[in-house]
Amino acid sequence: MRVPLKWLQEYVDINLPPGELGRRLTMAGTEVNTILTAGRDWEKISVAEVVDVAPHPNADRLRLATVDLGGEQMTVVCGAPNVAAGQKVAFARVGAELIDGHTSEPTILKAARIRGVESAGMVCSEKELGLSDYHEGILVLPEDAPVGVPLGQYLGDTILDLDITPNRPDCLSVLGVAREVAALSGVSVREPPVDYQELGRPIKERLSVEIADRDLCPRYCAALIEGVQIGPSPPWMQERLLAADVRPISNVVDVTNYVMLEVGQPLHAFDFSLISGRKIIVRRARPGEVLVTLDGTERPLNRDMLVIADAKEAVAVAGLMGGAASEVTENTTAILLESANFNPANIRRTSTGLKLRTDASARFEKGLSPELAMVGIRRAARLMVELATGRAAEGIIDVYPGKRRETRITVTQERLRRVLGLQLPTLQVRQTLISLGFGCRWVPPDRYVVRVPYWRTDVRIPDDVAEELARIIGYDELPITSLGGAIPPAQPQPSRELREGVRDILATAGMQEVITYSLTNLDSLAKVLPPEELSQHPPLRVANPMSHQQEYLRTTLRASLLETLASNLRHRQGRIALFEVARVYLPRPEELPQEVESLAGVVTGDRPDRWGQPRGEPVDLYDVKAYLVFLFGRLGLAVSYHDGEDFALVPGRTAEVRLDGQRVGLVGQVHPRVAAAFDIEQDVYLFEVNLETLVPQVGKPRIYQPLSRFPAVEEDIAIVVDEGVTAAQVQAIIEAFPLVQRAALFDVYTGPPVAAGKKSLAYSVAYQSLDHTLSDAEVNRERRGILDRLSREVGAVLRG
Amino acid sequence: MTLPQLQELKEIEDKAKTELAAVSDEETLEFWRITYLGRRSRLNLILRGLASLPLEERRQVGAAANRLRSELEELLSQRQAQLREAAVTAVVEGGHLDVTLPGRPLTIGRLHPVTQVLRDILDAFVSMGFQVFEGPEVEWDYYNFEAVRIPKDHPARDMWDTLWVDYVRNEEYPMLLRTHTSPMQIRVMEQMQPPVRIVSPGKCYRHEATDPTHEWMHTQVEGLAVDENISMADLKGTLYEFARRLFGRERRVRFRCDYFPFVEPGADMSIDCPLCDGQGCRACNNSGWIEILGAGMVHPEVLANVGYDAERYTGFAFGLGVERVAMLRHGIEDIRLFYANDLRFLEQF
Repeated sequence: MRVPLKWLQEYVDINLPPGELGRRLTMAGTEVNTILTAGRDWEKISVAEVVDVAPHPNADRLRLATVDLGGEQMTVVCGAPNVAAGQKVAFARVGAELIDGHTSEPTILKAARIRGVESAGMVCSEKELGLSDYHEGILVLPEDAPVGVPLGQYLGDTILDLDITPNRPDCLSVLGVAREVAALSGVSVREPPVDYQELGRPIKERLSVEIADRDLCPRYCAALIEGVQIGPSPPWMQERLLAADVRPISNVVDVTNYVMLEVGQPLHAFDFSLISGRKIIVRRARPGEVLVTLDGTERPLNRDMLVIADAKEAVAVAGLMGGAASEVTENTTAILLESANFNPANIRRTSTGLKLRTDASARFEKGLSPELAMVGIRRAARLMVELATGRAAEGIIDVYPGKRRETRITVTQERLRRVLGLQLPTLQVRQTLISLGFGCRWVPPDRYVVRVPYWRTDVRIPDDVAEELARIIGYDELPITSLGGAIPPAQPQPSRELREGVRDILATAGMQEVITYSLTNLDSLAKVLPPEELSQHPPLRVANPMSHQQEYLRTTLRASLLETLASNLRHRQGRIALFEVARVYLPRPEELPQEVESLAGVVTGDRPDRWGQPRGEPVDLYDVKAYLVFLFGRLGLAVSYHDGEDFALVPGRTAEVRLDGQRVGLVGQVHPRVAAAFDIEQDVYLFEVNLETLVPQVGKPRIYQPLSRFPAVEEDIAIVVDEGVTAAQVQAIIEAFPLVQRAALFDVYTGPPVAAGKKSLAYSVAYQSLDHTLSDAEVNRERRGILDRLSREVGAVLRG
Repeated sequence: MTLPQLQELKEIEDKAKTELAAVSDEETLEFWRITYLGRRSRLNLILRGLASLPLEERRQVGAAANRLRSELEELLSQRQAQLREAAVTAVVEGGHLDVTLPGRPLTIGRLHPVTQVLRDILDAFVSMGFQVFEGPEVEWDYYNFEAVRIPKDHPARDMWDTLWVDYVRNEEYPMLLRTHTSPMQIRVMEQMQPPVRIVSPGKCYRHEATDPTHEWMHTQVEGLAVDENISMADLKGTLYEFARRLFGRERRVRFRCDYFPFVEPGADMSIDCPLCDGQGCRACNNSGWIEILGAGMVHPEVLANVGYDAERYTGFAFGLGVERVAMLRHGIEDIRLFYANDLRFLEQF
């Protein structure tokens, strides 16, 4: 909402500089986005009169305009279709700062030769002046614009550009803003006059109005003004409309727009002669009904939409836009003026349905007061009588099925204190509310009865009144206290604690956390998931995606991580280790999807040398497994690794991670085919862990192992086994012996002299007892036991 | 006439001194010690043989042997001290390192900057007695809108452009990607009775074109405190303390009236722009203030929607954008950097 200060001053005295005024409005809820100073950059631009327009000798579309600058005349080339002799225009001399009509960039006007004719100046469009985006023709100024006067002096004004919140449709008007200013600066508001002479025959004899669907139209007012002369509206009105970013059209149309901007009530003017049967019916559209609106668009309507109809057909979409057939034209002499009130939700639905938003619908959908309709129609009728030399019919038709009682709210002192944390003096409460147009009566011993003015449809409950008081007195005036009362008992958050713990552990281990988008696309998912998985468990789709790249809620983190990796590989060599902890979304019928906290990591590249440079030695499965070993070690979870399989991983280089026999994750080399699908040409390793499955297992305190006071006996044992025997099998057998305090694998060897199909495993074993020094005999017995069992269970032979 | 033992002591003394002069390391010195002062050294043999000597000889030889032992021990400790000193000197003067060479690389991992800032935000509230609760990102229209007083066809829905899940029930889309964390107010209050004091972080989504200040996925933190005696003054106190913990004690804080359907009175909080110190710059739209969160007193109808007694209980709620805080804190000008995950960006935090 743009509010020119010159206009605002008509309703309220402004005793504050614009900056301070803007600050107070902002603090009270009407945010001043910017304070524009129209005219600031209009140096070398002045009001001129077009005295002659002649054809350009060398170009059909161009003309030569001669302008009078008040004693001085200049002829320039002009391309605008609407330039005509007698117009008052904005004329820029060479050196003026303008907005380029094509590039929209600021530019300095230079002298030019256009198709052979010298042109040292320009007649400007609104866009070139920075007034609006309009560039279809030049700006035509009101007739009384003083020739030769700098444009800034004539049109310049300070304009408040306000962001109005959806609860305050009353502030979508200059008068509404004036009421705020009045309350914030302690002055009173001057309401615009709404009286006029009714010299015509009674309207009731000329027109009937019927509201067929009362639920959608609480009030419909109609007035008739005859004998109007359509022409331009007076200069002062055009200036105000321009300053508020509305283009003047004709006196009648300008009045409807002006009154909407002035008091907030949208209005519509019909050509009365084009209303058939002298009848207005407010009804739902008929199935299949179609209306061509003022913008020339054919609008298919439906039963949920409200129309204004005459005896024959729809003549307007209620609250949105009038029909083209009953539009006011230069031949119009009788105006049927409509000022009505419509159901906000219905207006919004219709607006969404027709994909049509207008200044009127933006106001109606926020809930205007039906009382405003009468104020608006009287004000508009007065201006039409005055400015279009019209004759108003006697009376106004007022069908008002939705009349409501004035809102009265009982507010206790205690409630104000509880909400605001402050006991306000009775006098201050009354003064503040009255300054906003409220009524306020103190009812001893403890309450106020507050009467809400009709335009404040947003104030309904005592806490609304509390806000009114707080925002006018100033939020800064409220006290500052610390929360008292009991701190609620803590509730365990195991899932969250695990997830944050996992983040810390992996970052400590040297991985970089990433956060990627939750939405992906089927192509990406199909690269990492088997087709049957996608068809049996299709991901949730977004009905209105912003792009097909971001259309499906991901069921795996893999694809996003590989994409992130690929994009970083374009500018990065060496090892990259990324992880993400996030939710995946598994659909469930008729329910919200299951959101599963998941972990995934990808590792690729070369191990670093002393200088951190890649040392030509790519990471392998055991580099990536190390992260999981560290992770599960820190979480205190004894997981085991088994041969595994996965669509996206290389068979034989994939391990399944199990906890108590249950699969909790996966680690392996990304299949080169899959990597290639992400444009990754090097080896990549990936792991995935379902964190939810870990939740019940973590968080148990670790039980301490006592330290032995007696010396350990250390020795190496090397055995030869079949290649199929796993290190985990051998490890488990050795560790099962009670005197074995520690067994660490330190070498795996294949090749001569070890026979083909066999491998040698070497362990460093420490024997120790908690209660005595071990004798040689005890150690020998234990070693023999280990070797016997290894021989029996995995066919191991001691390596000689 | 000289006793043969005295003669031998003289020889020992000469030899020991000569050899000691040649000792240049601790190991040789230890060998010297064993040779001349050890259990089996000639000096020790003489001392042990004293008992068998006649009194006068014993007196003479004993005195000389003990004197020699003291002297050798003294020389030993002097030599030890010299050698240690020499070793220290060797290290100190032993060679000049180029201290500007890079250290050997550690493998450094890092948390995403959004994670880091989110943790700081949560820590500030947790230290004020708030507990962290999380909820679903895919939500019902009811929780995201209806229950927080944004019914269908309400113009305030324009404040939240929504991504809807393609699932139709009764000719409508009832499921959506939550546009804010405010549905957690309802979910938390449905689960617990006052006093409530929670913060709820999580991802939110908007149907919104991206640009340097807009991103369709973002992280919010919702806060909610409900009890018998909570007022706007408590809201101000809590958020004021939060802002100063996060942005520094010298920051100024401003509360102004704002509108959100689920609070009344509604407010937003700004801090004086940390980039220009409130003087006005591009980042703060020349106002000197940067809005960092929306807040207000929980609307009585929201309390009623979860079955709370809105006469007895009052509360405040707030919501803030984590990326925005991170941008302010680190001087980041383009929000899209967060989820582009370029390592050159992530490794700066």
